[in-house]
Amino acid sequence: MNTYFTKEHEWIRVEGDTATVGITDFAQAQLGDVVFVEVPSEGTQLQKGKEAAVVESVKAASDVYAPVSGEVVEGNQALVDDPALVNSAAEGDGWFFKLRLSDNSELNGLMGADEYKAFCDSQ
Amino acid sequence: MNVNPSGWRPDMGASEGGGETETFTGNRALMLEESLIFELGDTGTTGVDLEPKPSAATRLGGLERNRPIGLAGLTEPQTVRHYTRLSRQNYAIDLGLFPLGSCTMKHNPRLNEKVARMPGFADIHPLQPTDTVQGALALIEMLGEWLIKLTGMHSVAMSPKAGAHGELCGLLAIRAALEARGDAREVVLVPESAHGTNPATAAFVGYRVENIPANERGRVDLDALKSRLGPDVAAVMITNPNTCGLFEPDMAAISEAVHAAGGLVYCDGANFNAIVGRVRPGDLGIDAMHINLHKTFSTPHGGGGPGSGPVVFSEALTPFAPLPFVERQGDQFTLVEEESAGEHHGQSFGRMTAFHGQMGMFTRAMAYILSHGADGLRQVSEDAVLNANYILRSLEDVLDAPFGASGPCMHEALFSDKGFRDGLGTLDLAKGLIDEGFHPMTMYFPLVVHGAMLIEPTETESKAALDQFIGALRSVAERAKAGDQSLKAAPVHAPRRRLDETLAARKPVLVYKEPEQAEAAE
Repeated sequence: MNTYFTKEHEWIRVEGDTATVGITDFAQAQLGDVVFVEVPSEGTQLQKGKEAAVVESVKAASDVYAPVSGEVVEGNQALVDDPALVNSAAEGDGWFFKLRLSDNSELNGLMGADEYKAFCDSQ
Repeated sequence: MNVNPSGWRPDMGASEGGGETETFTGNRALMLEESLIFELGDTGTTGVDLEPKPSAATRLGGLERNRPIGLAGLTEPQTVRHYTRLSRQNYAIDLGLFPLGSCTMKHNPRLNEKVARMPGFADIHPLQPTDTVQGALALIEMLGEWLIKLTGMHSVAMSPKAGAHGELCGLLAIRAALEARGDAREVVLVPESAHGTNPATAAFVGYRVENIPANERGRVDLDALKSRLGPDVAAVMITNPNTCGLFEPDMAAISEAVHAAGGLVYCDGANFNAIVGRVRPGDLGIDAMHINLHKTFSTPHGGGGPGSGPVVFSEALTPFAPLPFVERQGDQFTLVEEESAGEHHGQSFGRMTAFHGQMGMFTRAMAYILSHGADGLRQVSEDAVLNANYILRSLEDVLDAPFGASGPCMHEALFSDKGFRDGLGTLDLAKGLIDEGFHPMTMYFPLVVHGAMLIEPTETESKAALDQFIGALRSVAERAKAGDQSLKAAPVHAPRRRLDETLAARKPVLVYKEPEQAEAAE
């Protein structure tokens, strides 16, 4: 398994020591049409559970939290230019940022796909 | 007159089977189509006969404008008609019930306006010698005394200009008090049920904001709050009644716990209108609270402002309150400013505004308070709560009321979109309500409830008006629950059909361009 999910509806896909982070399809459906996205810039040190990015829809503005700690290696500029990517491809091209993990053991507490699906069904 | 030369019209939507015919003008009987003011006028027209420009030497050093500004000129009758026509397409408190929640007052007594226009209040200047404005200063002082009495607090700062400005004032006083005792703290706790401006204010003052969850009854989770308190917590900001329209019954216990941990308590008083005359925030251990004069004491927010957000302080925070303030010495009123603050107010954190506050709001609030009296103000809050509960109980069989089981609400009733079918949501219901001739309620706020609908009827609505609103909302809600897809097209009877909010947010057009320019920019 290399894709994990959080209760705050972020996904994180791990490849080696870097990981890609975005919000889930369930989250984008709840938010509605996304109109603004702010992503962290390269070099930002993120702490697990703290604010990492911002997503704003016609309904609400929300923080996106860092699922794990690490240093940002890239923010998705294409997403900033075209926030609609979150709605069309939340778990693909609509990723928010990539980071270098500082502690792989932080992944242990996160959910897998099946567990996350069950979590959403219970919401 | 050059009407809409571009010929462009917003999409009016297809007529639906009613055999409507397009009119030559675009007007539909008394509903008049109206162009933008830029399209109406032209630069050759003017409404005033100006003297020729004097030929004095310019002192702008080459920065003077070298071509016409291009503003449309209109005659006075054209201008009056333009804005009158636009106003007829609008919805206003003088037309009907305004169910917006978290918005409070929707009443604008005409007596207030009469008083506010009295020359002694309306035509004065803040730099006039104080001995020529004794009446105005007396009014500010008298209003301040009422606010102190109604809240059971120790002092009041009248100058903040609106609710969020009041929050800023309160937190600056809290920071000054903590710094004065050499106790730099970093965190402000804000419950989920607080107003959205609270975390913004705390962040603006330089604090780190942390959330406190709501419990299943829509109130602050007291245990979660207590477990987070510690030497790094500067303050807790609580909205009471909260954004779910619920009273926080643990307020005194919250204040006690925060004080025991060395922190201070800020209360967002935007919803004070639900408890005036019933609850004194000072008795609940609150250190600072703003009062939205424009929400609690008439002259509504929904009417476009301006606002006024005086802040009441506990004894502990009083020395840090902002300047200027009015002081009474015998029958003379003076303004305490930096030069005159001296030792008895030397710890003030500074000032919030250039002058003394919103005089027009002070006069209106004072007129409202005096015309109601203490017993009348108490009845205002009772009626506000009664009206909201009437709506809550009248509709809970058709709309989900997430906290309905936890007892009465305060001044606003909260529903969710649970049970709506086939992709219909709160937005569709709100648009359906427009077709019924009502302004929609507050939508998707508070965030703790899915598809939230927050309805605040206000105290002035009669039972007949409430029943008509309830009937309309029931009808639209039943359509949403039946999955009636025609709601997706609502509003069908409004001057404009459903607008593309997403496009407006993603690609806002904020500056008018001539049609040719707009095309070139595409």
